[in-house]
Amino acid sequence: MYRYDEFDATMVAERVRQFRGQVERRLSGDLSEEEFKPLRLMNGLYLQLHAYMLRVAIPYGTLSSAQMRALAEAARKYDKGYAHFTTRQNLQYNWPALVDVPDLLDDLAKVEMHAIQTSGNCIRNVTSDQYAGAAEGEVEDPRIWCEVIRQWSTFHPEFSFLPRKFKIAVTASDHDRAAIKVHDIGLRLHKNDQGEAGFEVIVGGGLGRTPYIGHTIREFLPKRHLLSYLEAILRVYNLQGRRDNAYKARIKILVNATGGDDFAGLVEEEWSKIDKKEIDLPAEEIARIEDYFAPPAFEALSADSEAFEQKRKEDQAFDRWARLNTHAHKAPGYAIVNISLKPISGIPGDATDKEMDAVAAIAEQYSFDEVRVTHEQNLVLPHVRKDNLYTVYKALDAAGLATANIGLVSDIIACPGLDYCSLANTRSIPIAQRISERFADLGQQEDIGELKIKISGCINACGHHHVGHIGILGVDKKGEEFYQITLGGSGAEDASIGEIAGRGLSSDEVVDAVEKLVEFYRQHRQGGERFLDAYRRLGADKFKEALYAAA
Amino acid sequence: MKAVTGNRLTDGAVVYLADDDQWTVQLSRAVRIGDNDALDALSAAQTRVHEIADAYLIDIAENGAPGGRARIRESIRRAGPTVRPDLARQQETAA
Ligand code: SF4
Repeated sequence: MYRYDEFDATMVAERVRQFRGQVERRLSGDLSEEEFKPLRLMNGLYLQLHAYMLRVAIPYGTLSSAQMRALAEAARKYDKGYAHFTTRQNLQYNWPALVDVPDLLDDLAKVEMHAIQTSGNCIRNVTSDQYAGAAEGEVEDPRIWCEVIRQWSTFHPEFSFLPRKFKIAVTASDHDRAAIKVHDIGLRLHKNDQGEAGFEVIVGGGLGRTPYIGHTIREFLPKRHLLSYLEAILRVYNLQGRRDNAYKARIKILVNATGGDDFAGLVEEEWSKIDKKEIDLPAEEIARIEDYFAPPAFEALSADSEAFEQKRKEDQAFDRWARLNTHAHKAPGYAIVNISLKPISGIPGDATDKEMDAVAAIAEQYSFDEVRVTHEQNLVLPHVRKDNLYTVYKALDAAGLATANIGLVSDIIACPGLDYCSLANTRSIPIAQRISERFADLGQQEDIGELKIKISGCINACGHHHVGHIGILGVDKKGEEFYQITLGGSGAEDASIGEIAGRGLSSDEVVDAVEKLVEFYRQHRQGGERFLDAYRRLGADKFKEALYAAA
Repeated sequence: MKAVTGNRLTDGAVVYLADDDQWTVQLSRAVRIGDNDALDALSAAQTRVHEIADAYLIDIAENGAPGGRARIRESIRRAGPTVRPDLARQQETAA
């Protein structure tokens, strides 16, 4: 796994020291809130409804057990014993006191963690496929390139004050688990006809007020030119992106106003002027970073595990969990384990200090010390021997972490909403809780099949509602909480923006509405069709009719 | 009627301006201000930069609870996250 080099460690320590001084000056009244706010935001510290909120970066969603333990310890020591995993593979503390934040950051720095680039108009923490380095069929580990981008973008003077925040996601599989088409830049590593690996470069996707699916501006970019090409994109954006209106400042607005092809032309022109040798990393440096991501020492195993198959026959609940929560691994005899943070009635993405400690211990013993965070607010143990799956399942179950619902109707993304967030129109979490309760029966959930429900408490769309198969957006209607349903969105390789179904629903109506949609789908699906497939085949009108039909 | 609210600087806790000109965590102890005097009270509060992170006015209904368009938001600020009743703020205990 990547280890901070000395340069990083110094940089982080220096940053915490600076921030400690800024906090002291704020507390003494030397700095006003107006002066302090940009400084705290640069260190990931927000002010929410009830308290400060600290957002900690988890680069490309990868954590060691020691890091997970440190996160748990900070939740105990500085928060109320829990934390929240976000749709950007980050972690948020909901209750740190301002006076404690420098100490908290010092504690995290000891395990090479920080809150840099989790806020502000810079290149944010780069996200990736949670199965990176483990997934069957992957071209190579995409985190190598996430790390290349991280090193290049951290405190990059030219890109520290962009028109707006900037989010990059990288994947190296055909199946897109990182929602690359709804990022400012999405990068898909694939192979060309000659068998060389390179990037498809997708620009201008995004959610929020004006959602867009990104445009592919280059089908194949040789890997070694990644940084010079990104630099060309960022330069075009930095010069031409709008700074007069925050709502129009994201690169998606520029790309769509310019047109995808014309924007591609501008980037190519800029790129042709760049001295690529100046910016692109030399092969030795790339090799050095590659070494950090060398696969763990997998044992030579046979693909099947008798012990595993035997336990599946004996224990039905385990069998269901294995079917739903594990995924094929590239190494024979291993599996990828998903840990759902969506228990029935639970708060999506929340984990207690005890749960985090339990995951850290299991990862240490059974997954080469590695944990991943997913943008769907779950966790992953990337490398578990099939022989050990039953033991791991039992340990997770003992910690209350074995809900078998990955990808199903109760595996809901929900932003913090009005329970915590100062920008919210409505609450999100209670809607997620009530939907999961309505569909609590796991057998029924499995019968419904893949169904992605995503909930945001305002148009900022942190809950990715636009790309939910069923999306739910909270709107304020004269001081009441209302919810607008969108249908047919997807954040995967078949990306699409959901369409608004019709009038907003009260919070009492919204769970019934989801049930009506699911019922309609069950009656009309064909073969193994998912909800989304049925929606695309039958068309929006049929589903809208079902949704608004008088009960 | 209005009240002045803000988040305490040291820990971000929700506070209200009380009659003794101190900050209180209890809305019931907040001083209720007539609409005409509200802006003056707010301006005065906003100068207390070393006590609070920000300050603004909220509507108070007849029954003393948050009112107006922001009543849901302000009720949640007053009581704590609705999804964590275990963390609810003790409303009416003596300060
Ligand atoms: S979508 Fe809106 S309500 Fe939800 S976390 Fe983001 S800003 Fe807050």
